[in-house]
Amino acid sequence: MNKSAEKTIDLVNRNLAKRYRAEKRFRFYGLLSISFGLLCLLFLFTDIIGKGHSAFLQTYVALDIHFDEEVLGIDNIDDPAQLMVANYDGVIRKALRDQFSEVSSRRDKRALYALISNGAGFDLQREFSLNPRELLGQTRTFWLVADDDVDTYLKSYRGSGEAFTGRLSEQQRGWVQTWVAEERIEKRFNRIFFTSGDSREPELAGIRGAIMGSLFTLAVTLVLSFPIGVAAAIYLEEYAPKNKWTDLIEVNINNLAAVPSIIFGLLGLAIFINFFEMPRSIPLVGGIVLTLMTLPTVIISSRAAIKSVPPSIREAALGIGASKMQMILHHVLPLAMPGMLTGAIIGMAQALGETAPLLMIGMVAFIVDIPGAVNDPATVLPVQIFLWSDSPERAFVERTSAAIMVLLAFLIIMNTLAVWLRKRLERRW
Amino acid sequence: MDTSTLLAITAALAALAYVIGRGRSLSQAADIGGIRKLNSLPFYYGMLTALWCGLPALLLLVLWLIFDEAIIQALLIESLPADMRDLGGSELGLLLNSVQNIANGNSAGITNPDLLAAGQLLVSLRENSQRALAVVVLSGGLLFGVFGWARIRPQQKARFQVEAVFKIVLLLCSCIAIVTTLGIVLSVLFESLRFFQTVPFFDFVFGLDWSPQMAIRSDQVGGSGAFGAVPLFAGTLLISAIAMLVAVPTGLMAAIYLSEYAGSRIRSAVKPMLEVLAGIPTVVYGFFAALTVAPMIRDNGAVLGLDVSSESALAAGLVMGVMIIPFVSSLSDDVITAVPQSLRDGSFGLGATQSETIRQVVIPAALPGIVGGVLLAVSRAIGETMIVVMAAGLAANLTANPLESVTTVTVQIVTLLVGDQEFDSPKTLSAFALGLMLFVVTLALNYIALHVVRKYREQYE
Repeated sequence: MNKSAEKTIDLVNRNLAKRYRAEKRFRFYGLLSISFGLLCLLFLFTDIIGKGHSAFLQTYVALDIHFDEEVLGIDNIDDPAQLMVANYDGVIRKALRDQFSEVSSRRDKRALYALISNGAGFDLQREFSLNPRELLGQTRTFWLVADDDVDTYLKSYRGSGEAFTGRLSEQQRGWVQTWVAEERIEKRFNRIFFTSGDSREPELAGIRGAIMGSLFTLAVTLVLSFPIGVAAAIYLEEYAPKNKWTDLIEVNINNLAAVPSIIFGLLGLAIFINFFEMPRSIPLVGGIVLTLMTLPTVIISSRAAIKSVPPSIREAALGIGASKMQMILHHVLPLAMPGMLTGAIIGMAQALGETAPLLMIGMVAFIVDIPGAVNDPATVLPVQIFLWSDSPERAFVERTSAAIMVLLAFLIIMNTLAVWLRKRLERRW
Repeated sequence: MDTSTLLAITAALAALAYVIGRGRSLSQAADIGGIRKLNSLPFYYGMLTALWCGLPALLLLVLWLIFDEAIIQALLIESLPADMRDLGGSELGLLLNSVQNIANGNSAGITNPDLLAAGQLLVSLRENSQRALAVVVLSGGLLFGVFGWARIRPQQKARFQVEAVFKIVLLLCSCIAIVTTLGIVLSVLFESLRFFQTVPFFDFVFGLDWSPQMAIRSDQVGGSGAFGAVPLFAGTLLISAIAMLVAVPTGLMAAIYLSEYAGSRIRSAVKPMLEVLAGIPTVVYGFFAALTVAPMIRDNGAVLGLDVSSESALAAGLVMGVMIIPFVSSLSDDVITAVPQSLRDGSFGLGATQSETIRQVVIPAALPGIVGGVLLAVSRAIGETMIVVMAAGLAANLTANPLESVTTVTVQIVTLLVGDQEFDSPKTLSAFALGLMLFVVTLALNYIALHVVRKYREQYE
């Protein structure tokens, strides 16, 4: 007996160090997993910010523009139609030729013109139309948008030793260097990125159209999913009898919450586009599809909020003679509102980041115009990111990352708002 | 008058009905001795009148909008000359299409006077329909509103009736979930059945060759198209398996550390940060996978002398795994914290270390819940779209090598359906068949997972 007891304690002592080591290892694995997750998060954010921060600056070139009547092709300055169609590109080209007078062959000229963006003429037109009388015949210095190749070249040039030349020839780089030496080139805040719609030219592409599309889509989603979700939650929590039908509704809600989002896209395509013949690419259809997708989220969180209102409140209301509808609308709903709003915001955040179902209903079209209503063709921010990430130009990579930063900023704001609402307004009983 | 103004006018009419109905109940109450003599509050009389006015108008509007296209089309066909009317379905459809075009203002190239006349007729029919709609809806609303107004009596149980309508509206809202499920099943099923009429079901499920390109001319190379979905299933499984290999150990260990070891301060700081990973849109992960992770893996593979595809399954799987980590960890966290403290205390009392307790007591007790969570995560991975669309390939390779490019079910659905397409070619319809497979598989996984989790919960409650 005595011997065997000694044996056991020996055994325990012998193994103790090993067991403690195992314990430490196990803890270490846990720490490792958490660090891995957090490192991935850090890596993702630094990668995207590192790629995208430069897109908020855009290269501009200062040119001495001479508003020559002949080059512009204007003979009557009071005719707005003439001001619209005047040859502004010609003026820019002339300014370029004047500066680099040694350029003579057609090919070289074309290479020179390529340094300035195609959209610079529109800027010039806008400036000129403001006061044509004063500017006609005058020479002024204007900062014009440079082509994306110049932009990428200069950004990588200042970043590291080896510059990314892209499509720029040695000759073109020489001209750019001349500008740099003359301090005619400057990086300014990229306003175009926030004020214009999509474009094939990276330097003219912006996210305004996508943001407006997202706003319209989200507005439709909110207007539909919040009232319907709250109504469904009220029914299920306050009215629904315990029967097969109610069970069926609950099972369906729980299942829909886990159905892949692309399936909702198939539903939208088959029902709304194919059967009801609604137009493609409009925020209205996108909003309806996203409503069906976010409805389970809204219903589940609204039910939780209604459930958290204590029964004593209901009984007190019924006790002083309120009807069931009065009890719900006057007492339960106001008390549950913060929780419902939190759920709605989280559902909206989910809808804002969703891409796949919108691809199905045709919101991937190339749309330049900024949508002005829920039935204008539009695209949304995540889809814009998807479209740009497919573009071969290097300048689109930084714009894609910048668009991602904007999208993430929106999501962070929405989620912070949800957390703040929950902390601030939610009452605990 | 377009539909939205009509809706606005109807709403205004209903609001007016509310005011008038409420006023009538008040004036009736004044005659018989104050509000207390009314059966319900004046608000309910107003509401009831508004409902009498608004609901029939809305119903008429919806019915009209559903049926007017069909009626207009029937009238249009009626107006066409007999030889055109007797054409077969598709040719008649083409004719009607050109009539639509004429009505929409681009009659270029169409000279047939019958068709031009039909276009004119369509324009006028549409205008008349809009006008008639406005008249019918507004007069209907007015008529029923007056009827409701005339019915107001002090004895009328207005509150009861309004609440009954309220309850019905709530019930209808909660039935939308069922309607949605039904819509998904029907839309996917019908298109799939049409697909299976051209491609046999077993060829689709067990076929080893996937190349959905249908030739326009029959003599083209690869004219028939092959619809064997096994490479897609294999690719989906491969990528999901890689994702699970990343997400399950990491998520589980993170959940164990957070719930068993970490203090409340670390827990409250780290948990939300991990959950940020779940809130990042999938398109961002896709961009990250395609532009950062995939080139990184390819370059590292080249250093090691491996030939890695630039659209390797590994990149998509890894990034998808990272996305799913918080999903696994929060689900496991819930079930681990649900394990009663008494089990742990018993194990500690026998002299077990903390890790031994976790491995031999807590995890086995929580296993059903963890399995349920993992199943949900698998269904997440199978249905995930954007990461694979952006980072995985299009070529349907049947391979188990994670360094090669594979394609998945969701990638094929997206590539087949993005852009304009006809709804009668097997190529488009095959996407719905894939969607049906996806829906059935994820539904089964969710059902099993929820079942397992629920059964487990009952054990400790």
